[in-house]
Amino acid sequence: MATGTEPPATEPHTLRGGVRSPARASIAAPHLRTDRWWLAPAATAAGLFAFVVYSTWRAFANTHYYAAPYVSPFYSPCLAQNCETMRAGPNYDLFGSWWVISPAIIILVFPLGFRLTCYYYRKAYYRGFWASPPACAVAEPHQKYTGETRFPLILQNVHRYFFYAAILVAGVLTYDTVLAFRDQHYRWGHMGLGTLVFLVNIVLIWAYTISCHSCRHIVGGKLKHFSKHPLRYRFWQFVSRLNARHMQLAWASLFSVALADFYVFLVASGAFDDPRFF
Amino acid sequence: MSSYEARFKVWRGDAQGGGLEDFEVEVNDGEVVLDIIHRLQATQAPDLAVRWNCKAGKCGSCSAEINGRPRLMCMTRMSVFTREETVTVTPLRTFPVVRDLVTDVGYNYTKAREVPSFVPPADLGPGEYRMFQEDVDRPQEFRKCIECFLCQDVCHVVRDHEDNKRAYAGPRFLMRVAELDMHPLDAAADSGLDRKRTAQDDHGLGYCNITKCCTEVCPEGIQITDNALIPLKERAVDRKYDPLVWLGSKIRRRSS
Amino acid sequence: MSVVDRQEWDVVVVGAGGAGLRAAIEARERGARTAVICKSLFGKAHTVMAEGGIAAAMGNANEHDNWQVHFRDTLRGGKFLNQWRMAELHAQEAPQRVWELETWGALFDRTKDGRISQRNFGGHEYPRLAHVGDRTGLELIRTLQQKVVSLQQEDFKETGDYESRLKVFQECTVTRILKTVSDSGSAAGDRVCGVFAYDRESGRFFVLEAPAVVIATGGIGKSFKVTSNSWEYTGDGHALALLAGAPLLNMEFVQFHPTGMIWPPSVKGILVTESVRGDGGVLRNAEGRRFMFDYVPDVFKEQYAETEEEADRWYEDPDNNRRPPELLPRDEVARAINSEVKEGRGSPHGGVFLDVSTRMPAEVVRRRLPSMYHQFKELADVDITAEPMEVGPTCHYVMGGIAVDSDTAAARGVPGLFAAGEVAGGMHGSNRLGGNSLSDLLVFGRRAGLHAAEYAQGLAYGRPPVDDAQVDAAAAEALRPFSAEEAGAGEETAAGTPPENPYTLHQELQQTMNDLVGIIRRESEMEQALKKLGELRVRARRAGVEGHRQYNPGWHLALDLRNMLLVSECVARAALERTESRGGHTREDYPAMERDWRRINLLCRLTDPTGGLAATDPVRGQITLTRETTEPIRPDLLALFAKEELVKYLTEEELYE
Repeated sequence: MATGTEPPATEPHTLRGGVRSPARASIAAPHLRTDRWWLAPAATAAGLFAFVVYSTWRAFANTHYYAAPYVSPFYSPCLAQNCETMRAGPNYDLFGSWWVISPAIIILVFPLGFRLTCYYYRKAYYRGFWASPPACAVAEPHQKYTGETRFPLILQNVHRYFFYAAILVAGVLTYDTVLAFRDQHYRWGHMGLGTLVFLVNIVLIWAYTISCHSCRHIVGGKLKHFSKHPLRYRFWQFVSRLNARHMQLAWASLFSVALADFYVFLVASGAFDDPRFF
Repeated sequence: MSSYEARFKVWRGDAQGGGLEDFEVEVNDGEVVLDIIHRLQATQAPDLAVRWNCKAGKCGSCSAEINGRPRLMCMTRMSVFTREETVTVTPLRTFPVVRDLVTDVGYNYTKAREVPSFVPPADLGPGEYRMFQEDVDRPQEFRKCIECFLCQDVCHVVRDHEDNKRAYAGPRFLMRVAELDMHPLDAAADSGLDRKRTAQDDHGLGYCNITKCCTEVCPEGIQITDNALIPLKERAVDRKYDPLVWLGSKIRRRSS
Repeated sequence: MSVVDRQEWDVVVVGAGGAGLRAAIEARERGARTAVICKSLFGKAHTVMAEGGIAAAMGNANEHDNWQVHFRDTLRGGKFLNQWRMAELHAQEAPQRVWELETWGALFDRTKDGRISQRNFGGHEYPRLAHVGDRTGLELIRTLQQKVVSLQQEDFKETGDYESRLKVFQECTVTRILKTVSDSGSAAGDRVCGVFAYDRESGRFFVLEAPAVVIATGGIGKSFKVTSNSWEYTGDGHALALLAGAPLLNMEFVQFHPTGMIWPPSVKGILVTESVRGDGGVLRNAEGRRFMFDYVPDVFKEQYAETEEEADRWYEDPDNNRRPPELLPRDEVARAINSEVKEGRGSPHGGVFLDVSTRMPAEVVRRRLPSMYHQFKELADVDITAEPMEVGPTCHYVMGGIAVDSDTAAARGVPGLFAAGEVAGGMHGSNRLGGNSLSDLLVFGRRAGLHAAEYAQGLAYGRPPVDDAQVDAAAAEALRPFSAEEAGAGEETAAGTPPENPYTLHQELQQTMNDLVGIIRRESEMEQALKKLGELRVRARRAGVEGHRQYNPGWHLALDLRNMLLVSECVARAALERTESRGGHTREDYPAMERDWRRINLLCRLTDPTGGLAATDPVRGQITLTRETTEPIRPDLLALFAKEELVKYLTEEELYE
């Protein structure tokens, strides 16, 4: 065999495409894995599906998203006239009275877009929902595949711009967390269980946002010579360490943001009383 | 030292066809799958074709699929299987089969040739190269690659779609592009070669949907997706998906 | 006889390891159309197994280093038996060859100021080995492979064909060098005219016609049972040269690497890199004693530490302390381990302990020795950061090889034949220093390619013609295993007996060489080995295989047996002849190094000068041994050594000359 590919001159068996293409070893089974390969994609799909159901309900519900001093992260910043009044909170009447549906929709586009184009979530839903591929070395059911080479999936490349937006959103949520150090009467210097929930959530949101692959690229990954930019190299190393945990952070922050929202829902609907520490 | 009889299924055949053949074969303490294949050769099937070389996980020759997972036979210890388990060994299922466990991996050599080589800086002679460890760390990780082609085998872009082989270089060679683009002294840009752009245009980077199987199977533990493919995608974004630049090029193309 | 596909090339390189690829690159750059033939896939050659580094006196880590020091270390390591001109060229040119790799894209580990980092290694006075973690061989082979591709890309731009000037025939085996028919003194007589090869994948035969052939096939380790060498190392090049009429030099010198894995059995022999010791690993016996202090030979007394304290200080302050005895040349360490085990102080599986776990923190071990950490974890389930490794000697390298001209790498006596790398003899004398192998590949690979190209281009009388009869004979020889039964029936020795299993023959050969011509040798055992080899040779004539020619490993092995048997006989005969102990040759019955033997080279030639292998007579054998006195070392090179040192090696009369 020379180092070039010379097409085989034989007439091979025919079992259709993919791993059963002619010329490849004739094995009828689409895969021969004996482990529970379906577990990971199934769990991923179930987890994502649960979040989608929950968040859709909450986003469109347009109720119980504010319980002083806490605002649900789904509704922050709140940018329509129909927002509840939040003292010193992040509500600006950018959208006038014509906006009648839930104000969450306005802002959720950004974190949603950030997560939808995130390199980890892409892997998760390509595998979990689209079965492309369902698991490694397990044949995918599709006849054709063009990946992210054309519309609409080529738009995944805008991840970076959602990252910038996600930074702004995370900034607002940080502000919300600071506001959570008040009591129901907006007096400063207090803390309740909700404050703790918000604190955990914002740490995870930041960790997830900063550990993003685009961020890693922007802070230093794009450089050819780290040696000429020692400070950015340090940043890059820091982000790289976080980036190694991007998957865990993606799930943890997804869970924590839903939890923070659910906590506000419980308090706002009166189902639960926010225990105050001091 | 304890030994036992293991059940093996080994694919035998060639491009015309073939199938899994059953074997019962002795297994001893500390052995790997390749040892068992060799025992089959020496005792039951002298013409069983298998490609191997160093038997120490350094050359990347003995790639195969064991119980459906792409692996190096020399680095798969028999102790990871239970004694009752039947171990199934097949050739790589992404490349044309030659015979038994041997496949024609020519696709990879073709793709290797399509990646433009390192361009030495014009102003430096041998012995004058100065590079710093922090700068060579990144490309060095990719140069750990032993070219076992397991990543090329597992990648669904070509595994499940034969027709993509033309346009798509595969993880190994996209990683090679990343390696050269991160090489501190590569002077491709000075010679008018934009590696970031060619990754997208000539080597099919867009086909990769970062589902990470390449990283999962890499016997060298190279973070192919996180450290090579995604950074390369981001570098391509620098070039092509700055929205203004992108819009401009679209308009120009429409009007022309 | 079937028509065999023929192609014309200027230079054919047999082997695509470091030396072969470097030769091919040079030949192609000099304008010769070059073909490379290798048994494995392109880029899988045994060179990838080299871990430690490339020895080159660049002086990056210690400015006192220069080629003279490197030359001196090389000669000391080889116990002054080296072909000194080779050692000189090697020491002088190695830095250039390493720097050149950088211009082809290699990425070595760096010093703080951005130069190539260099590490310590056994037998080298200064840190000298350019390295990449512990995968230097991989870096070397990949760089050369990518340089080949880059040349092919240039050719593609110019001619539209990647392979117009440089082509790799992968997974092909050469079974014969073809020579023109000797017609009584004509200038064109008796020179190389091509090679006969078969494609392993299809079993198809083909002939590459070329006036110049470079042999770069590596070593012979597969003739031994415990070896760090891969299946390719069946001594093909050695045998091809012998069969073509070229002599082999000093085949008794076989290096046993002191530290191979010994447990579990399936990985026995796999190498544990010397950098483990260079970076601070120590050898202990079952009693926990650092036994190497007991084994420093007189010739090395001045250069090695006498106490553990001094040895430990050396890692930090090498200028003011002597080096630890763990870093003695490989032959010394291998012998020391051998005797510890023999005296009952070995580890549970019959080796000794190599310990880094108590010497440095776990994360340092993982950073400095990543692939060793991996290798033990994956293959032996041993965590080397927590417990010591068990190691023992393993057959690693053959110093002997094709006798070549130092400057041109031309094989002696066969115009058009060149050899470089492990397959060539002389460079390393009786023992090779770690790190000198990779630099050897580059320095002499380049020289072989250069001179092969010049030779091919300088032929005044056109391309030497290929003799059809030789092609037919080679094809018949290669097909013999398929008709083993009929062939056996026709011969007086084996009427009607069933064919032999080549795998069984190979195992018996390995056992014989390991037990009878191993690290420690005795006259009676070697005589026994020669007898056994004779029997095996007769049986190998009847090695038969099933199936057909397409990718048939049994057939491949049956063909390789011829080479292994030839080479093994050379090793055994030369080892029997040399009645002294020196470097990679240790005689229990002659334990001392003899100054008189230093000047003696042993040359092996095929007994039947026509290159036939009719010698089925088990007693007579196929190899004839001759002695030759070496050329005196040039005075200016001798002057690099202190007189006190020279008296240990050179005879009185040599000293006064």
